[in-house]
Amino acid sequence: MTIVYMDNAATTWPKPPEVLAAMTRTMEEAGGNAGRGGHRLAVAAGEILYQVRDTVAVFFGCSDPFRVTFTANATESINLILKGYLKPGDHVLVSPLEHNAVMRPLQFLAQQNIQWSVLPSAKDGRIDTTLIEPMIRQNTRLFVICHESNVNGVIQPIHEISKIAHSFHIPLLADCSQSAGSVPIDIDSDGIDFLVFTGHKSLFGPVGTGGIVWGSQANIEQITPLKQGGTGSVSDRYDQPDFLPDKFESGTLNIVGLSGLKAGIDWINRNQMNQLSSEKDVLLQKFLDEIRAIKRVQVFCAEKKENQGGVFSLIIERLDNGFAAQWLDEEKGILSRVGLHCAPLAHRFLHTFPAGTIRFAVSPFTTCEDVEICIDAIKMLAEKKETAHFL
Amino acid sequence: MKQYVILVFTSSHAIGIEQKLKKMGVPCKLCAIPRNLSSDCGICVRFDETNLETVEALVKTLSFDIQEIIATNY
Ligand SMILES: Cc1ncc(COP(=O)(O)O)c(C=O)c1O
Repeated sequence: MTIVYMDNAATTWPKPPEVLAAMTRTMEEAGGNAGRGGHRLAVAAGEILYQVRDTVAVFFGCSDPFRVTFTANATESINLILKGYLKPGDHVLVSPLEHNAVMRPLQFLAQQNIQWSVLPSAKDGRIDTTLIEPMIRQNTRLFVICHESNVNGVIQPIHEISKIAHSFHIPLLADCSQSAGSVPIDIDSDGIDFLVFTGHKSLFGPVGTGGIVWGSQANIEQITPLKQGGTGSVSDRYDQPDFLPDKFESGTLNIVGLSGLKAGIDWINRNQMNQLSSEKDVLLQKFLDEIRAIKRVQVFCAEKKENQGGVFSLIIERLDNGFAAQWLDEEKGILSRVGLHCAPLAHRFLHTFPAGTIRFAVSPFTTCEDVEICIDAIKMLAEKKETAHFL
Repeated sequence: MKQYVILVFTSSHAIGIEQKLKKMGVPCKLCAIPRNLSSDCGICVRFDETNLETVEALVKTLSFDIQEIIATNY
């Protein structure tokens, strides 16, 4: 049975072959430790690292490669910003569709009297920008917005939100874990101060890569690093360096993974993201149109087509999600993701808590045939009377 | 011809400068830091006297501070 991979929101698969090739090449030809020492393999690694920085910066419209900080993933990036920037007594505004990568650090920070509230939105979780202002308190210090939901794929009006935030001199953190590589992002014209990305989703890098791009107005001096340690620089001092990129990058970086990330972004650039996205949109809309017509299937997606990313969820009345997903896998080779998707806030908001949903996410590697197999399988599931019957 | 080196605080900055200079067509080389100069980061950027002005102009546009530019007979 061939695999129909629909779990691209967890991590994309397959990756372009160039990604694997780049990683092997780095291991073979640039196997030194970037930033440590001056021999040729260390310098070769350092040069690759710089090229990755430059590629990421250009991709997000940032003019300075050193305003890219690498981390292991979006979770680490978000922890860095929330813990390094917020102070006791601060208040944070979040979207209703945040991931636990945001909510758990915020919950942890509640011990330091850091509070959060959820911005008002439409039924699909898209923030209603006309209702933002009354939510802003005197101690509101940050907006955290999941650019594209990993549950229903809703894309937030990041630019409009940031305009309001900035008029109150409040910075905006955009969690671009899902959107990076699939929705065009320009850090400054979108008004993003802290752009968080993870490498292994629509940027097609390997797991273990991610980072932050700092907007040109972001005040980096205010942010305390999450980690302190060796950087290969100013080693005569016990103090952490205060300059970029070393301030936030203690410890050996995942240079092999990052070279794969660069190859992933290069692949997107070669294939033109707009082209890839519009092909993906066509497939997804076909998928959505067909399953919305199936009785007993409830779909969770954006209310308007233009706000829809590559992810959506569904439930089938009277059918257990877990059994449905297992049947899809075992009988049809369809790999979906069932449960709460690390996003209890989003599921509570969508009234799908605690059972969660079955999530599907397409990628540029998804074919029309893949989508047809899914539609037929969902139809078959919806025809089963109930879980007991279908077992 | 007289040689100069740019000393920086971290090797990422040395590589950043080298890549920018190369893009501008200015010959330069990353090399180990001469022992008599103190810097910890391991590498510096070497270039020759004819490009001193260009390099100085570039350094003014960088987003980070460099340590210094010095003449060397190395
Ligand atoms: C919206 C969102 N934020 C954050 C994350 C966390 O990403 P990572 O596990 O790579 O840190 C994910 C991925 O699951 C996500 O979908």
